[in-house]
Amino acid sequence: MTSPALEARALRKRFGTTAALDGFDLTVARGSVHGLLGPNGAGKSTAVRCLTTLARYDEGSAFVDGLDVALEGAAVRRRIGLVGQSAAVDEVLGGRENLVLFGRLSGLPKAAARSRADELLERFDLVDAATRAVSTYSGGMRRRLDIAASLLLRPAVLFLDEPTTGLDPRARNEVWRAVRDVVALGTTVLLTTQYLDEADQLADRISMLRAGRVIAEGTPEELKRRLGRDLLRVVVTEVGDLPRASAVLASIAGAEPVVDEAERSASVAVGSPTDALLKAARGLENVPLDDLGIRRPTLDEVFLTLTDTTTEVAA
Amino acid sequence: MSALRDGSLLTGRELRHWARQPATPIFGTLFQIMLLLMFAFLFGGAIDLPGGGDYTSFLLPGMLALTMLFGLEGTMTAIGADTKKGITDRFRSMPISSAGVVLGRAGADLAVSVLNLVVLLIGGLLIGWRVTGGPGGALLAVLLLLWLRFAFLWVGIFLGLTFRSEGASMAVQILVWPLGFLSNAFVSPETMPGWIAAVSNVNPISATATAVRELFGNPTGATGGFFADNALALAVAWPLLLTLVFLPLSARAYRRLRS
Ligand SMILES: Nc1ncnc2c1ncn2[C@@H]1O[C@H](COP(=O)(O)OP(=O)(O)OP(=O)(O)O)[C@@H](O)[C@H]1O
Ligand SMILES: [Mg+2]
Repeated sequence: MTSPALEARALRKRFGTTAALDGFDLTVARGSVHGLLGPNGAGKSTAVRCLTTLARYDEGSAFVDGLDVALEGAAVRRRIGLVGQSAAVDEVLGGRENLVLFGRLSGLPKAAARSRADELLERFDLVDAATRAVSTYSGGMRRRLDIAASLLLRPAVLFLDEPTTGLDPRARNEVWRAVRDVVALGTTVLLTTQYLDEADQLADRISMLRAGRVIAEGTPEELKRRLGRDLLRVVVTEVGDLPRASAVLASIAGAEPVVDEAERSASVAVGSPTDALLKAARGLENVPLDDLGIRRPTLDEVFLTLTDTTTEVAA
Repeated sequence: MSALRDGSLLTGRELRHWARQPATPIFGTLFQIMLLLMFAFLFGGAIDLPGGGDYTSFLLPGMLALTMLFGLEGTMTAIGADTKKGITDRFRSMPISSAGVVLGRAGADLAVSVLNLVVLLIGGLLIGWRVTGGPGGALLAVLLLLWLRFAFLWVGIFLGLTFRSEGASMAVQILVWPLGFLSNAFVSPETMPGWIAAVSNVNPISATATAVRELFGNPTGATGGFFADNALALAVAWPLLLTLVFLPLSARAYRRLRS
């Protein structure tokens, strides 16, 4: 089995005149977590729905666990778990009843469905709430139950569509922990999110999606390095030294630094950070400094650059 | 058959809903009883049946047929809720056949209808309604009622999958009333003005109600005419026609979720 867990080539999907997917490419290695990051309407849900057989794509090809999604839908459905954008559990039933029902519908015999349900309730910390109606659950508990329900058949690939949207920070942490647990068992995960820190925290690799197309792909570190510009920043001890420090930075970067008198800092974007840092250290030898360093851009800054529709970036 | 297994599991889901939220079936039942009593006692004295007979005995089969129509709302609401909440998508991403999902809906809704029928029959017996025909006829009458319910099942699934807004389900809840009243459920069409009588006569509910009245040995409120003479055949044909139209439409609407 050397095929990737997930593969999509040039997927296209239109709704009327909107191209929800416009040449979508994706490769996800087995056992990894892949983040699909994009703003509202980028096509994240459409990509997930196409890969999970819920929607048909118009063009291109897609493979899940080596199976052709368009031709072997039933086999694909036996190997995937899907946690959709809204928690798809029966609100009236209890957590355990939900898991047993979905387990039996997936073809597990009664005893196996029950023991699997108990195992998952244990793993996702839902034992105490197992018999309570789901309508009384918190948002985080509901999500965890939703994730548990999608793991009943031990899927090879788990799809999570915006699993933490609308959750408070604590619930979000609970869900993150649940996702890490799933990954630890060797399940491949495709996770869509609008939150950069979520992708940064959970994903091994990230595809940034805009208007139905992947505009950048790589590890979080790579993306930050490749797409964000590193900042050279100096903080002087005496505010009177600021003009001098600023002049040194300007000569290194060939651009006017941003000066903040209150912080006693000057900063400027640089192309080759190590080189710039060495030059700055030499140029400022006789100036008393509080700090001198390179600041990596946050994923937020990268994201904003990329999703700003006026910026064209080569992937 | 895995579809039958899935169907019975999903029927079980509905029964668990009853157990957890008994208010829903209880109030549904009380509502039926209330309608029955209201019509029997409030209007009963004022309504003369063409061809003679006791109004309560005429009313009860009409109420039974009407209940089959009202079940349509339940189907539509349940399908709409599952679709909106993503449960339908969960089913569709799982290794369950779509036939299993539909059989589950059918089983659950027919179970509700059986309960409704039992309650009304008991209520009817308490206020003086009697079966004067044979037991075979009575059984056939119940089957005809469930056959009508089966047809409305497809209408409900189609509407639930196609019109998913709150407004749409509200519209259906309101529209079933005129559809129910423009039938012979409460009043004989022979006492209605011309075009209303015509509409009431062709209403599928009227055919089933008349056939059930005949089979129970209850007054039909009809002194003759095509619709009265062919009630039994129409009570078989109407639901068949509805099913032939709406079953494929439902299947298409289900597939369309994939578009
Ligand atoms: N069923 C549909 N009918 C018509 N247009 C659709 C449909 N589903 C999605 N679209 C359109 O396709 C585009 C991509 O939508 P999609 O839901 O995949 O985005 P998303 O990245 O998941 O957004 P969000 O973050 O809001 O969930 C949007 O322009 C959306 O309006
Ligand atoms: Mg989405």
